[in-house]
Amino acid sequence: MQTITEYLSAEHRHCDDMFADAEAAAAADDLAAALAGFAAFHQGMLHHLSKEETIMFPAFEHATGSSMGPTSVMRMEHEQMRELFAEMQAALDAKDTSTYAGLAETLLVLMQQHNFKEEQMLYQMADRTLGDREDIIRQMEALP
Amino acid sequence: MSMAGLSLKQAPPISVPFRFILSAPLFLLLAALALLAAGPAALESRWSQPLLGITHLLTLGFMSMVMSGAVLQLLPVLAGAQVPRPRLVAWAIHLPLFAGTLLLGGGLYFFMAVLVTLAIPLLACAFAVFLAIAIYSLARAPARNASTHAMLLALAALSLAVGLGLALAAGITGLLDLPMLPLVALHVGWGLLGWTTLLVIGVAYQVVPMFQLTQPYPRAVTRWLGNTLFVLMLVWSCHLLLPEPAASWLAIAAAWGLAACITTFAVITLRLQQKRRRKVPDIMLQFWRTSLFSLLTAAMLWLAGQASATLADSTFYALALGMLFIIGFVLSVIHGMLYKITSFLIWYHLQGKLPPGKAPHMKDIIPDRTARRHWRIHLASLPLCLASAMWPMPWVYAAGCALLLGGILLLTNLYRAWNIYLRAVALA
Repeated sequence: MQTITEYLSAEHRHCDDMFADAEAAAAADDLAAALAGFAAFHQGMLHHLSKEETIMFPAFEHATGSSMGPTSVMRMEHEQMRELFAEMQAALDAKDTSTYAGLAETLLVLMQQHNFKEEQMLYQMADRTLGDREDIIRQMEALP
Repeated sequence: MSMAGLSLKQAPPISVPFRFILSAPLFLLLAALALLAAGPAALESRWSQPLLGITHLLTLGFMSMVMSGAVLQLLPVLAGAQVPRPRLVAWAIHLPLFAGTLLLGGGLYFFMAVLVTLAIPLLACAFAVFLAIAIYSLARAPARNASTHAMLLALAALSLAVGLGLALAAGITGLLDLPMLPLVALHVGWGLLGWTTLLVIGVAYQVVPMFQLTQPYPRAVTRWLGNTLFVLMLVWSCHLLLPEPAASWLAIAAAWGLAACITTFAVITLRLQQKRRRKVPDIMLQFWRTSLFSLLTAAMLWLAGQASATLADSTFYALALGMLFIIGFVLSVIHGMLYKITSFLIWYHLQGKLPPGKAPHMKDIIPDRTARRHWRIHLASLPLCLASAMWPMPWVYAAGCALLLGGILLLTNLYRAWNIYLRAVALA
């Protein structure tokens, strides 16, 4: 049976791959590939974040009776990522690959330390706390 | 794993890590100036007074300064461990470490026992506070992983290295009558192979996959490497208590085992990095590779020393080993990490204070160009250091100048970054 940790961590790896493709394209000044790569990464990330924010986090907050705990910090970091996505999109739209490189570097560090905390702590706590893991995963899978 | 105390909050106030980050390059500069001032006399033997002073400026003033600041910064991220009263703790570690290192470095360099005596309580205080806080936070941390485990072993090693160092300082000043040579060997071993190497290993487990998008370290490695290294250090330490020839056999066996551990770590890390998913050029990666190749070279030289008594007794051997390890391995990896951490922390703290999209990104804060210039100088300083170990005159001056230039570049890069932060905050 798949755990929440496995399910959501696999999404992190998948998004990492798309991130690396877009970054490499931008570094090679291949603007078309960078735009396409970033679009795929961006969409994958937004989908992943909304799975967490609309399904997993509320379930966890309901189970632990607190929305001020770890999930509130994770939500805040999601917002920081969304701001960087917007800046990265604007940099690519302006054909400014060097600004994109700096923003991508920044996003990578933010995203990796965030993923680390989720994978090492939050997801594992969710796996232990939430009764019906399969149902949660099914709901996340069904999210459009 | 308890949920109490888990806020997943990322960072202590920016002043906590930055007092360590901004102090460290000053000691690098001081060490380089001290080397230039002492000249070839510093490298006459590994026991020369100036060299002992310079070494401690590097190991305490630069290495331990950054490492203790980094541990305070990383505990919340890697272990979900909150450091209590971070500002107060930072003061209580940083100030005595800074002053104690200056006194000890000066005391050894100028051979003034009174300065060493003054340094003892300061350094004891700095490390006691650091160890107590770090061990307390880690013990209560909600996350347990290979990194936090290696970190705990590193802290245990540090307490041994510090205890031995304080005993040695008391020996130098005549407060205690001690067998100095074996204690020095233990002090150096636990400080460099214990504390430093274990901390680098523990941090690498997380940082290498995170920043280069590599595969994770193999589970067998994260499970056994740190423990094996620590046990081998214990075995190696015990040989000093045994009679000959058992002592020599044990020492050789432990040395081979330690060299194997270090080589495993370096080779696996290089291999992971080679197969990394993220292919864009990265200065941290350049520093990491410089560091790991230096470590491999040091391990090979060490093994050669085990095989050849002539080599092991030469001054070149001791100096080259120390230089490869401290300047090649440790300084390189710290430089690489410093650039990443400094620019990220400044961005992180600024984006909370400025309107959305206004915080400068990491490459605006420390441009690749200036970091790469520093890496080149640092790389060039390594062969110059080795040449100075063989022929102090005239190479010590070339090595000293390269180290000085490297220190200046690090200092300007970090202070320029800090200035960006201060200016942005003043305008906000």
